[in-house]
Amino acid sequence: MIKIEKLHKSYPIGKDSLHVLKGIDLHIKEGEFVAIMGSSGSGKSTLLNIVGLLDEHDEGDYYLNGQLIKNLNEKKAAILRNKFLGFVFQSFNLISYKTALENVALPLYYKGMKRKERLQIALDYLEKVGLKDWANHLPNELSGGQKQRVAIARALVTKPKVVLADEPTGALDSTTTDSVIDLLKDINEEGMTVFVITHEEEVAAQTKRIVRLKDGVIISDELTKSKK
Amino acid sequence: MRFLFDSDTWQEIYGSIRKNKVRTGITIIGVLWGIFLLVVLLGAARGMENGFKKLFGDFATNSVFVWTQATDTPFKGFQKGRRFTLNTNDIEVLKSQYSKEIKLLAPRNQTNNLITHNFKSGSFKVSGDYPILDQIQKKKLIYGRFLNENDILSTAKVTVISEDMYKQLFNKGTMPIGEYIKINAINYKVIGVYEPSSTINFDGDCAYIPFSTFKKVYNTANKIDWMMITANEGTDIAQMESDILLTLKSLHKVHPEDKRAFGSVNLGKEIGKVTGFLTGMQFLTWFVGIATLIAGVFAIGNILLITVKERTKEIGIRRALGATPKSIKQQIILESVFLTTIAGMLGIVFGGLTLFIIDLKFGQGVDAALVNPTVNIPIILIALVVLIILGTLIGLIPAHMATVIKPIEALREE
Repeated sequence: MIKIEKLHKSYPIGKDSLHVLKGIDLHIKEGEFVAIMGSSGSGKSTLLNIVGLLDEHDEGDYYLNGQLIKNLNEKKAAILRNKFLGFVFQSFNLISYKTALENVALPLYYKGMKRKERLQIALDYLEKVGLKDWANHLPNELSGGQKQRVAIARALVTKPKVVLADEPTGALDSTTTDSVIDLLKDINEEGMTVFVITHEEEVAAQTKRIVRLKDGVIISDELTKSKK
Repeated sequence: MRFLFDSDTWQEIYGSIRKNKVRTGITIIGVLWGIFLLVVLLGAARGMENGFKKLFGDFATNSVFVWTQATDTPFKGFQKGRRFTLNTNDIEVLKSQYSKEIKLLAPRNQTNNLITHNFKSGSFKVSGDYPILDQIQKKKLIYGRFLNENDILSTAKVTVISEDMYKQLFNKGTMPIGEYIKINAINYKVIGVYEPSSTINFDGDCAYIPFSTFKKVYNTANKIDWMMITANEGTDIAQMESDILLTLKSLHKVHPEDKRAFGSVNLGKEIGKVTGFLTGMQFLTWFVGIATLIAGVFAIGNILLITVKERTKEIGIRRALGATPKSIKQQIILESVFLTTIAGMLGIVFGGLTLFIIDLKFGQGVDAALVNPTVNIPIILIALVVLIILGTLIGLIPAHMATVIKPIEALREE
């Protein structure tokens, strides 16, 4: 599903450049539930951004769903994101003046789906994350856990190949963290590839595979005990 | 263009406008003010133009008037200061020589006389005229008719009098048509009463009698006091005026360079001066209006730029969810066009209402300052189209700014 070979990425800082990813090799198969761990500055967010086509890599090859990602223009990247990827962010990133239902339906809008149809689908997904009754509430009327579940519903609504979650529990307390992780596990059970960035061991422990990053290189890549 | 008719597109725009109600309102006022000024100024300029037109209205604007004075140069044995008069022979010569240029030529003789009716009397101008006078200076008749060819041929003792003369000479409520009045002790039958022109008026209160009758009664022989000439369409009136004067000078043995011998007024030239002024004013109007409009459109561009800046993160989210740069741009440009169009339409409506009020306040009555202040619909449509184009162009800037930033940087924005 995701195949990365010798991936390099550096950011220019003034005259110098900061080498963030120093040759990453990673292969994630369909249906995997992977956690990327590492301290801040280890390059895990950069890796996720590149995987999520929000950023471009400098060197190496990246295959998404068998397709070589190279010299993408913004339009192509947007279409690929819409088609293959679902995002869950630490700060939820819901659009504040749209209701939960409208937020969930937004990716389908960019897919070009008719309003009635996409609102129906969005409602189905809200039901799936247990927030059907909150469909017409604005994000600021929801709790953090509820917001993140709306965001997960939004990530799922286009039936992507991969769900990318950047610290999905970073802004949540432990109870809601559990409910969000359970939701991600359920999704994975249904066969979705889930790719989570976290620095919480408890969260990582519930995934099936943990990849540890340090200073831009992979230092360990092992399956967890929860892998049955 | 399908996205224009998509209710979702408008839903999105409504959503983002609703978020900034006050600011959007203030921005709209900028453009509204611009097009409002344009409409009101153009309307007022038009009203003023109409006012001037009305001032000259009863006259054919291509008229030249010619009369004689005293020579200022000795010529062919004549001393300077010689007085002379136009005569009917001049008319014939001019008519045949300038048959192409001259449309109407009205010779006139005028004098002042005591006019009486029963025991009422007054001193008025008496003018010997041809029926064509009515075509050069339109007479609005209240009763009866103007002179006609028959009156000329039969040297009929008939007269057309002004409304004021009628009021002065007749008892209230009496019908003047068919009554007789005495001009210089000779009875004339009143055949018409005209309303005096409220604007340019050379004759004042004047009793018009047939030219032939005047000639006979006042024994003027071939003499003519002055003449009114109108030119055919497409004639260079200034050229015609100087040509005619030259011909007349040679007919009357006047030095060709003599400046005083003939007096003449070219109405077209006089009107031209006013028209030039009006053109200048219209230019000014357009300039002010369009400059204000552009300022307003820039205000919209500015507000959208701020909005885009504020919504950087939201745009980043949308792009992460699969919004293409095109769809983002489309939305921002459409927002700009929508705001300018709404503002433009409101401006036109308010401008129209203001013109309506101006018309009620200043546009009524005989000596109105502004007559019928209006703006052409095509001009308004052009202004609106220009506005929409400007709105599109100005929307391009924030639209570009919205997509030039990478989605990842947009997402990081807090």
